[in-house]
Amino acid sequence: MENKGLNKVDIIFEKIDNYEVLAKGFKMDKDAIIQEMLDSGLKGRGGAGFPTGMKWKFTAAEKSPEKYIVCNADEGEPGTFKDREILDRVSNKVHGGMAIAGKAIGAKKGIVYLRGEYRYLLPKLMIELESFHKMIKEIGYDFDIEYRMGSGAYICGEESALFESIEGKRGEPRNKPPYPTVSGVFGKPTSINNVETLVTAMMIIQHGAKNFIQYGTKDSRGSKVFSVSGDTPTPGIFELELGMTVQQFVNEFGDGDTKAVQVGGASGFCVPRKKFAETIIGFEGVPTGGSMKLFNSSRSMYNVLHNYLDFFTEESCGQCTPCRVGCQQLLKGVEKVKKGEAKSTYLNELMKLADTMKIAAKCGLGQSVGNAFKSIVGNFKEEIIY
Amino acid sequence: MYQVGNLVKELSDKHGHARESLMPILQAIVLKHNYLTDEAMVEVARELDISAAEVYGTASFYTFLDTQVKGKYVIRVCKTITCSMKGKSDIIHTLEEMLKIKVGETTADKQFSLIETNCIGWCHKAPAILINELPYTELTPEKVSEIIKDYMLK
Repeated sequence: MENKGLNKVDIIFEKIDNYEVLAKGFKMDKDAIIQEMLDSGLKGRGGAGFPTGMKWKFTAAEKSPEKYIVCNADEGEPGTFKDREILDRVSNKVHGGMAIAGKAIGAKKGIVYLRGEYRYLLPKLMIELESFHKMIKEIGYDFDIEYRMGSGAYICGEESALFESIEGKRGEPRNKPPYPTVSGVFGKPTSINNVETLVTAMMIIQHGAKNFIQYGTKDSRGSKVFSVSGDTPTPGIFELELGMTVQQFVNEFGDGDTKAVQVGGASGFCVPRKKFAETIIGFEGVPTGGSMKLFNSSRSMYNVLHNYLDFFTEESCGQCTPCRVGCQQLLKGVEKVKKGEAKSTYLNELMKLADTMKIAAKCGLGQSVGNAFKSIVGNFKEEIIY
Repeated sequence: MYQVGNLVKELSDKHGHARESLMPILQAIVLKHNYLTDEAMVEVARELDISAAEVYGTASFYTFLDTQVKGKYVIRVCKTITCSMKGKSDIIHTLEEMLKIKVGETTADKQFSLIETNCIGWCHKAPAILINELPYTELTPEKVSEIIKDYMLK
C-alpha cells in the first residue's frame, strides 16, 4: 500500500481569482469538464466517496429540460465541522463549483441545503451569493442558486431525505433506484454533491487533473479537510494529503496517550492503538468525511459507544424497522450487559443484529450503525462489559 | 401563546403556496415565535391547501420546528461525544441552577427554554451551545453564566 505520510496542504482555502477560474470552466464543453473530473479520480468528500465524475456523467446523460445541482451542506456527522468552515471562509468557491457542475450536467439551477444549526451563517452567505450572481452575469452565464434551510434532522444529510425536505416533506429516505441522477429533487435529474467536493472540483478546474493526482494515492486522490477533535492539544480544521496512516495522524495530533481514533464520525470506524500503524486513512483503509476524534486512556469506550447509539436512536427517521428497532435494541442491549442484566455473550447477538441492520436497513444511516458498534465492541469488549 | 395574525398570510405570499414552501414558512414562524401553535399550523394548512395533519406530520419530524411552547430564548446544549467529554454536564448544571428549570423545561416567564441537542458542529471548540441561532463555544460555567446574565437583561 502506498504511504504518503502526513503532509499539510492548502488547496481548499487557497485564494484564487474566482472570475478567472469560472471563465475558464465555462469555456470548456461539458464533456471536457466531466473528463477532467474522471481523470482527477475525485471521490465525494461527504463520506460515501462516490466518484464525482461518474455522478456528473450520469446526470449529464439524462434527457430532461430541467435538472438540478444540489449542494449538501447538511453537515451533521458528529465530529465534522469542515463544511461550516469552508462556507464561512470560501463560499464563493462553493457557489463556483456548483456553476461548473451545472455546466457539466446541464443544470441552470442550484440549491444549497444548509443545516439549521448553521443559520447564523446565512446573512453573510446571502451577501456572497449576491456578488456571485453579479459575477456570473458579467461572464455571461445563466445560473441561479438558492438556499434552503434544514431544521435539525441528521437524516436529511442522506441525499433522498434531503430532497424530500426541500420538497416540504418529512425527511424520510426514498427507495433506490431510481437514483438521484435519474430522479432527484422535484423528480428531476439531480447531481447532489458535498460542499467540499464542489470546492475541490473548482480547484481541479484551476490546477488541472494532472496536478491534482500528484496528491494522494491511487484509491484516494488529492487532499481533504479533516475536522480534528477530542483528546488533542490542537483541535481544528486541517487540510491534509490523503494516504497517511492513523499512526502518522496520531503522531501529529495525539496527546501522547491516544488509545483509539474514531474515523468518520458516529457512522465511521473505531481504530484501536494496535491497528494505528497498519490502517490507512482513505478509501483503501478507513474512509472519512473528515471527522477524526481522538480518545485517550482516560475515556471509557462504553461511554463513547453509548453516546453514539443514543445519537442514532434519536436521529433514526423511524421509517424502516431494522433501523428504528435495531438502534433501540443495540442501545438497550449494551446497557443491559453493562448492568449485568445480560450475559456478556449477549454482545454476540447484538453483533449479529448490527450485521442484519447493514443488510436490511433502507438507507446509509441504519446500514452504518454497525460500523461504530462492531469496531468498538470488537476492539474494546472489556470496557463494554466491565 | 401568541396570536399568529396575518403572519401566515404574509409568509405564504412571500414564499408561495406550493408544498415546497411549507418548510420556509414554518421556519419563519419559528424564527419569530420559537414554536408552532396548533392555530398557526391550521392556518398554514389552509394557505397551502393541504391537511393540518400533513403540516403537523412534517413539523413534528424536525427538532427545530417545535410544536410545544418554547421560551423567547431557546438554549440548545450539544450532548454529542466531544461536548460530553469536555464538560457538557457542568454547563447543563450551571444553566439549570441559573434558570431554575430542568432540561426540557421552559421558565415560568417564558423567557428561556433549555434543551439538549445532537452535534452542532463545534467539536473543536467544545462544549458548545446554541441560543436561538447563535453559537457560543469553548464554554466554562463562568462563561455561560455571563452569557445568560446578558440575555436576562435583554
